[in-house]
Amino acid sequence: MAGTAVLGRVTWRTATVVGLHDETPTARTLALAVRNWPGHVAGQHVDVRLMAADGYSAVRSYSIASAPNSDGRIEITVERLPTGEVSPYLTQDVVVGDELELRGPIGGWFVWRSDQTESIQLVAGGSGIVPLMAMLRSRSSIGSGAPFRLLYSAREPRAVFYRDELRALSNQGDSVVITYAYTRVTPKDWPRPAGRIDASLIATGTWPSTLRPTSYVCGPTSFVEHTTDLLIAAGHDRERIKTERFGATGERK
Amino acid sequence: MNASMNYVDGNAAGGELSRIFAVDITSAEGQCANCGAKRRFAEAHLYLQCPGLVARCPVCGHVLLRLANIQERIFLDLCGMTRLTFDTTKQSNPTS
Repeated sequence: MAGTAVLGRVTWRTATVVGLHDETPTARTLALAVRNWPGHVAGQHVDVRLMAADGYSAVRSYSIASAPNSDGRIEITVERLPTGEVSPYLTQDVVVGDELELRGPIGGWFVWRSDQTESIQLVAGGSGIVPLMAMLRSRSSIGSGAPFRLLYSAREPRAVFYRDELRALSNQGDSVVITYAYTRVTPKDWPRPAGRIDASLIATGTWPSTLRPTSYVCGPTSFVEHTTDLLIAAGHDRERIKTERFGATGERK
Repeated sequence: MNASMNYVDGNAAGGELSRIFAVDITSAEGQCANCGAKRRFAEAHLYLQCPGLVARCPVCGHVLLRLANIQERIFLDLCGMTRLTFDTTKQSNPTS
């Protein structure tokens, strides 16, 4: 935005939990009201810090799921990892009214800005859908006509986040084309057997490389490596593929 | 070398590095001192299984940046990056 000063220093802020919503049996969305929130861009993340009584602290990064807005509220969606230090607390113990320490918004690279008009290819692996959802929501909220496609790989149908909202997005006139890939269990009569994204799915489920889309790929590190290689093999320009890796386990530290 | 898949993107260091840099370093372009590749810092391979963090060049694996928090001190080693280029037009956070 012309004339806007450089990003202010990112500092720890207090966020109050104002809503909780289960997306899947293991993932929960937390709506947070953040004091003095400066606003964000779709794709950015925040760091959440939990501090124990003995002073031990743990910091984790979570992508923002909500579209940019000016009401000082954001949403994050947290997948519970059985051995995690932070995610079990955020998905099971937190109640409305609790306060968290939060730093952000962070990152100016893996973002979709509302002035981008080119074709956009989103590729999500599991909870990698979260920052991409912020981009889809941002597109909707500003009425952008940028052509979006989403290729979403999930373990099984019940592991899909934001299912109803995604269905609604794909049913609109200027619709977002969504292709699902299931790695373990498929719905009944699903045309494709369960399995990882492969070259044929890239061919049918993503924009052709000749359109020169900008691609955003987010998920566990091995997923991002695999799909990025497939996109490049299909003729996509590496320079136009932006990635966000969650690491081996899916928990970003 | 990176077969373990135990890394994330440089993007994930944005919060920690915001303690030091006044502007977003993750969208800055850094040049590897070893192979000369120019990439956004967000594209570096970031290792967090250490007391602090280590960013490696996504092309050759050379260490670009090391940061360690030891008690009240922060140690930052940038000798693996010869140059950082910041685009000051992309630093704002428009919300409207």
